[in-house]
Amino acid sequence: MNQKQIIDQFPILKQKINQFPFVYFDNAATSQKPQMVIDRLVNYYSNFNSNIHRGVHKLSQQATDAYEHARMSVQKFIHASSSKEIIFTKGTTDSINLLAFSLGETFILEGDEIIVSELEHHSNIVPWQMLCERKKAILRVIPVTDEGELRMDEFVKLLNKQTRLVAIGHVSNALGTVNPVKEIIDLAHKNNSLVLIDGAQAVAHLKVDVQQLDCDFYAFSSHKMYGPMGVGVLFGKKELLEQLHPYQGGGEMIESVSFEKTIYNSLPFKFEAGTPNVADVLGFEAAIEFIQNEGIENLAAFENEVLSYASSELEKIGRIKIVGKAQNKAGVLSFLIEGIHPYDAGTILDQLGIAVRTGNHCAEPIMKRLGIRGTIRASFAAYNTKDEVDRMVRAIHKTIEMFS
Amino acid sequence: MSIQEKANEIVAEFALFDDWMDKYNYLIELGHSTPIIEEKYRNESYLINGCQSRVWISAEMVDGKMILKADSDAVITKGVVSLLIRVLSNEKPEDILGNELGFLDQIGLQEHLSPTRANGLRAMIQQIKLYAMASEARKK
Ligand SMILES: Cc1ncc(COP(=O)(O)O)c(C=O)c1O
Repeated sequence: MNQKQIIDQFPILKQKINQFPFVYFDNAATSQKPQMVIDRLVNYYSNFNSNIHRGVHKLSQQATDAYEHARMSVQKFIHASSSKEIIFTKGTTDSINLLAFSLGETFILEGDEIIVSELEHHSNIVPWQMLCERKKAILRVIPVTDEGELRMDEFVKLLNKQTRLVAIGHVSNALGTVNPVKEIIDLAHKNNSLVLIDGAQAVAHLKVDVQQLDCDFYAFSSHKMYGPMGVGVLFGKKELLEQLHPYQGGGEMIESVSFEKTIYNSLPFKFEAGTPNVADVLGFEAAIEFIQNEGIENLAAFENEVLSYASSELEKIGRIKIVGKAQNKAGVLSFLIEGIHPYDAGTILDQLGIAVRTGNHCAEPIMKRLGIRGTIRASFAAYNTKDEVDRMVRAIHKTIEMFS
Repeated sequence: MSIQEKANEIVAEFALFDDWMDKYNYLIELGHSTPIIEEKYRNESYLINGCQSRVWISAEMVDGKMILKADSDAVITKGVVSLLIRVLSNEKPEDILGNELGFLDQIGLQEHLSPTRANGLRAMIQQIKLYAMASEARKK
């Protein structure tokens, strides 16, 4: 397959920064959007905009059908068994907060334990800390190796009768580590613990099959997989979601309301209070279509090639230390330039048209664990090329020159 | 030289640069040459929040004037903060409080510093003004 055909679909990549061709290596923060996603948004507001689920008029019915069609596309994309298991949220953070609240109200008691890891994004730490504070539950943390891999031996030791939930990232946004989630899920289930997978960094790079994984919950964001911002998904097994206490109350999530007794709506609506973000959900569906048209294996092949090329080219520079050397990585390359603060390097790279991210990547605990304050992170999508890596390498040489 | 005169001098220096590269090279040079803050100030109490890099600023009153010193673990940041110090150090607190520091816009630092970075710059200015305010309050 021709990568140029992919690149051509992203209008934003045509721009120049300071006369340099734009190299976008900040895909772990958010990926760019193909024309078909942008078109879907425009089309919705041009032709279909109306509120869903409650109108008898034609537009409302069309919008409702389109919205529910998108839900089925998500269901197929992650291989869920029912579209009732797909809850639309604002994003991964919102999905995890929903779960932390609802699970907390339903299942978590004083003294219960929740396991996360040192690798997690703040979004998969803070909601659990808040829950633990509310319920006097205990947060346990799986440590990682110097390479940035989970210590599975320690994980096994953390599991016990009190462990209600294991909340773990599929792919680390700070280091790129792909965690052995299947193994984690199986071990947790043997221990009668539930599992949430934070898939924010996985869905654009790996084929995700929630039935094969057998995870209880899976959270991800549209905007990190070529879709619009403002939409995410919480997948949950139907029998679990049915038991969970609702999160927010309001319209849409109710069957009937009276001051004596309000009856909640059925799944998935029970968890979708208020007018949903219809336009962006439809744009999200277009992003799924984009991925399916190209084939996620093909997209991943381009990324993996760029990731391994970038890793070996950076090693050649000599003054580079790659942070996170897990066997299995996806999409992310974190590194440091000896003697140069990541912020300084990022500032000059930016001037040279290379968009990377610097800092702690919303993952302070792993930075602390590795004894650093932050890294420079290049993160890749299917439209990135080896040629762009070469440009970044030249820019790094230039940066080193400027600071010496 | 007044605060305004020192600021004008910096604006004139920056006007000589043809492109961003010269400008950053100059900031890097400044960052390398700025005297390092004494070790006793490199701690949490002098740390400015809101910057990706760490910045420390200290203030001491000598003969009614405020002597400012600063340091950062990032060179460009140190260059930027050294410009602030050059303009504001060795001035009376009331003069520091009265200056809008418009020169930062004029030398294109705002333009080249994205919001998160600009926030850092803003936080530095705020801290210096806080020092000045505290000193004014003590006077009264
Ligand atoms: C691993 C991981 N989890 C959660 C999030 C939060 O996603 P969002 O900001 O879309 O809610 C991110 C985004 O940076 C992430 O990388």
